[in-house]
Amino acid sequence: MAEKTLVQTIHDTLFDEMKRDDRVLVLGEDVGARGGVFRVTMGFLDEFGPERVIDTPLDECLIAGVSIGMAVDGLRPVAEMQFADFIFPAFNQIVQEAARIRYRSNGDFGCPLVIRTPYGGGVHGALYHSQSIEAFFAHVPGLKVVAPSAPEDAKGMLIQAIEDEDPVIFLEHKKCYRSIKGEVPDDRYRTPFGKAVVRREGTDLTVVSYGLMHHYAVEAAERLAGDGIDTEVIDLRSIYPLDMETVLGSVGKTSKVMIVYEDNKFLGAGAEVAAQIAERALFELDAPVVRIGGAHIPAMPYAGSLESAFLPTADTLEQEIRKLAEY
Amino acid sequence: MSVVARWAREAKLDDPTRLELYSKLSEIRQFEQRAYDLFLQNLVAGTSHLSLGQEAVAAGFAQAMRDDDFTFCTYRGHAHTLVRGASMTGLMAELLGRSNGILAGKGGSMHLTSVENYAMGSYAIVGSHLPIAAGAAWAAQERGTGQVSVCFFGDGTTNIGAFHEALNLAAVWKLPVVFVCENNLYMEYTPIASVTAVEHPGADRAAAYGLESLIVDGNDVDEVYGIATTYLERARDGGGPALIEAKTYRKGGHSRADPAKYRPPQEVESWLARDPIILYRSRLLELGVEEKTLDDIDSEVLTAVDRATEEAKAAPPADEELIHADVWADGGSRWRN
Ligand SMILES: Cc1ncc(C[n+]2csc(CCOP(=O)(O)OP(=O)(O)O)c2C)c(N)n1
Ligand SMILES: [Mg+2]
Repeated sequence: MAEKTLVQTIHDTLFDEMKRDDRVLVLGEDVGARGGVFRVTMGFLDEFGPERVIDTPLDECLIAGVSIGMAVDGLRPVAEMQFADFIFPAFNQIVQEAARIRYRSNGDFGCPLVIRTPYGGGVHGALYHSQSIEAFFAHVPGLKVVAPSAPEDAKGMLIQAIEDEDPVIFLEHKKCYRSIKGEVPDDRYRTPFGKAVVRREGTDLTVVSYGLMHHYAVEAAERLAGDGIDTEVIDLRSIYPLDMETVLGSVGKTSKVMIVYEDNKFLGAGAEVAAQIAERALFELDAPVVRIGGAHIPAMPYAGSLESAFLPTADTLEQEIRKLAEY
Repeated sequence: MSVVARWAREAKLDDPTRLELYSKLSEIRQFEQRAYDLFLQNLVAGTSHLSLGQEAVAAGFAQAMRDDDFTFCTYRGHAHTLVRGASMTGLMAELLGRSNGILAGKGGSMHLTSVENYAMGSYAIVGSHLPIAAGAAWAAQERGTGQVSVCFFGDGTTNIGAFHEALNLAAVWKLPVVFVCENNLYMEYTPIASVTAVEHPGADRAAAYGLESLIVDGNDVDEVYGIATTYLERARDGGGPALIEAKTYRKGGHSRADPAKYRPPQEVESWLARDPIILYRSRLLELGVEEKTLDDIDSEVLTAVDRATEEAKAAPPADEELIHADVWADGGSRWRN
């Protein structure tokens, strides 16, 4: 066990996987000599050389496309999109090609590809360096979309992603990179997709979240414990596949549920969670489902005052949880 | 470059253009240095990308452009927006996220826009603005306004699809658009030569698409101005698009977090010796311009930068309500069913 930041964990895990399996390679903008803008691949070029640590031209469509080609021909590419906001030029390759290769070939070949990308706000990135992109991709059958928020999960899920036979979008919250630390086991392990985790047990209400918001939810729940409000907090970890069993189990116990996500609230991942609760557990509920999400505006504005008006905080969550508990 | 030589030879000593060019260079230099100081004081949040070292491209083009020609630029856009006449206080305040910013704090460093000055935006998704600039040029042509669209971007941008798509279209439609590739040799931290097989990432490709294509010393403001004048007028007169690749160099890192250690010291040294402002200053002195004239320009600019800084600092932070403003044409964010 060692305590590590999220970014260090991802760095170490990827490094170890490349040592272990020489089919694994990384490619992206500035991943080589620079080691990536967030330093996830620092030192990789020296260790693995330019055949496996590839500085690409500035072209996301190309990064995704060549990764698909490498994947169908036996390699295990881990492509980096420098910021999630830049993935859209690659949307076509990912959605139209990567997601369909297995289906259209009746399983003759697949696309074992990982696309890693830092997403999310709270770092004053403003309009084009702050987005949450999970909903776009989770909508597409054929893609798995995961967003571990704890270092321990990031390790197990990255290994799972690399070993997975199908394409995985691996989301890393950039504000969590250095602000979140946790114990990471030394042994090699896989954390299966589609398995949420109850991070804090409670009896009064359930909060479902992922990414940065998950940390805020835990913080709010801890503060409220002193006031006698006992909150159960679930980290979804993977958006698709989605673990509704854990969510429904908890809702059955607490009868109140709040879903928190940073992405635009409308049609975000939390909408699916809410819909499935309505379909499968409506009569267990003692209060309407509450969703807390980003404003329905086109992008994260720049000024600190505007950014904090956009992003839910632990304070907002504390207030909202209290309201729901008192419902 | 014959055009340039002609401008340099024929322009009279007292041609006000020369001093205007100098003044623009000085404005950009001092604004950017102040912006950098403010980052160091933690007054500017997030990242930003300076044009220190690349001033001559923005200055030379702005001097040559008609007031209503369009500027489309990148996240490295302080200079391009400033030289089109956007308020210095508004720009400084925008970097500081204040309510008197040109976008009232919504945009910040990477997204400066001043439509009243025909500065049509700084685009932070690389490549996005090239087709947009071509579209604006089509509209200008269609409406017969005589406007030219000028689109600035870096060497790294020449590898993304949108670059190729926009150039092809501009040539096929003979659009009044001038593409300006500011080749500072690096795409962030990666040397452009390591990811591009041709020597001139902008010019070599442009020629293949059928655009007029030129290479210019981007640190020589006279050269830039001369070329810009020629190709803007050509485009305005229906002669079609051009791509001008301006060779230049950043004084510092890609963004504020970058100490730029990856650049070979000799390379840095040789470019810094060709600092566009030092270069132009000594040329003007050689031509007989009084040193005091130039010093006066510098100190006038400094006064303006000081004032802008004070006015920006004095203003309140961006108003929270703004986050819901202008999603829709009615000015709000609500959908009225
Ligand atoms: C589509 C997209 N991919 C990646 C980035 C990240 N990025 C920002 S600037 C940059 C390098 C651009 O280099 P160049 O075009 O030479 O411009 P310069 O910064 O040198 O002015 C990269 C990779 C981005 N903003 N947009
Ligand atoms: Mg460049």
